[in-house]
Amino acid sequence: MEIAADVASGAVGDPDVELLDALRVGDDAAFATLVGRYHMRMLRLAESFVPTRAVAEEVVQDTWLGVVKGIHRFEGRSSVKTWLFRILVNRAKATGMREPRNAALDAGDGLDGRFDAGGHWTEPPEPWTSIDARLDATEIARRVKECLPKLPDAQRQVLILRDIEGADSAEVCDLLKISATNQRVLLHRARSHVRVMLELELGRG
Amino acid sequence: MTMLLRKRRDPLVCKQAVALMTEYLENDLSPRDRERFEQHLAGCPHCTEYLAQMRATIAAAGQVDPDDLEPEVLDDLVDLFRRWKQQ
Repeated sequence: MEIAADVASGAVGDPDVELLDALRVGDDAAFATLVGRYHMRMLRLAESFVPTRAVAEEVVQDTWLGVVKGIHRFEGRSSVKTWLFRILVNRAKATGMREPRNAALDAGDGLDGRFDAGGHWTEPPEPWTSIDARLDATEIARRVKECLPKLPDAQRQVLILRDIEGADSAEVCDLLKISATNQRVLLHRARSHVRVMLELELGRG
Repeated sequence: MTMLLRKRRDPLVCKQAVALMTEYLENDLSPRDRERFEQHLAGCPHCTEYLAQMRATIAAAGQVDPDDLEPEVLDDLVDLFRRWKQQ
């Protein structure tokens, strides 16, 4: 029963588990596949923790070394992806934090001045009904990607993990060592700011 | 926010509804606040549009691809892996 509970909590149906099994016996191709799948995604997250892209690249390379050396410690309690990201986040945090930036967006949701004293819209959102006609999904996604560096780091980390990587809130709280409330506030602000940035391009004209 | 709302039984105004969007989407609202939120949306096309835009934003984020991995970076890492194995 204990084994079943352990497996059920994370690794069932995880396509990466086979790759880790192959990696354990030194399979180069399995390593290359794992790198192909996750290297740039880890780099995207690492960049939000450390001062430069070059440092982020070092952190990701260091993470792969940690994966290979620590592979016997993977127990299937989480998905392989979550395990990789946990190693990455721990190393990125230990490497040294960035200077705070985009502090103007730390609080609020980008909607200052959009409501009257009674809390009703004075400048309501303009309909995006024309989005599909003018832009395909790939193009909108490209614009979201351009918004990421403009977000404060903590908001960017939560948005990447939740909405881009598809992690659930409990995983994100655990990875970033933040409370559920803080996670939700950061997610709310990040999504709100990205919506405002998209609105500037999509809502007009 | 939720605490504040529980004290009041007035209908939500737009600013409050917008502040609750993520809690609504996360299914974190109490049944009572969820009902008030949905009642507000039923009568407010602007907040309905706002919620649709939040959903569109989330969907677009889900389509964001990572940058391409340069073949040289992959080759270097696989070389490193081979050396790690030999150690």
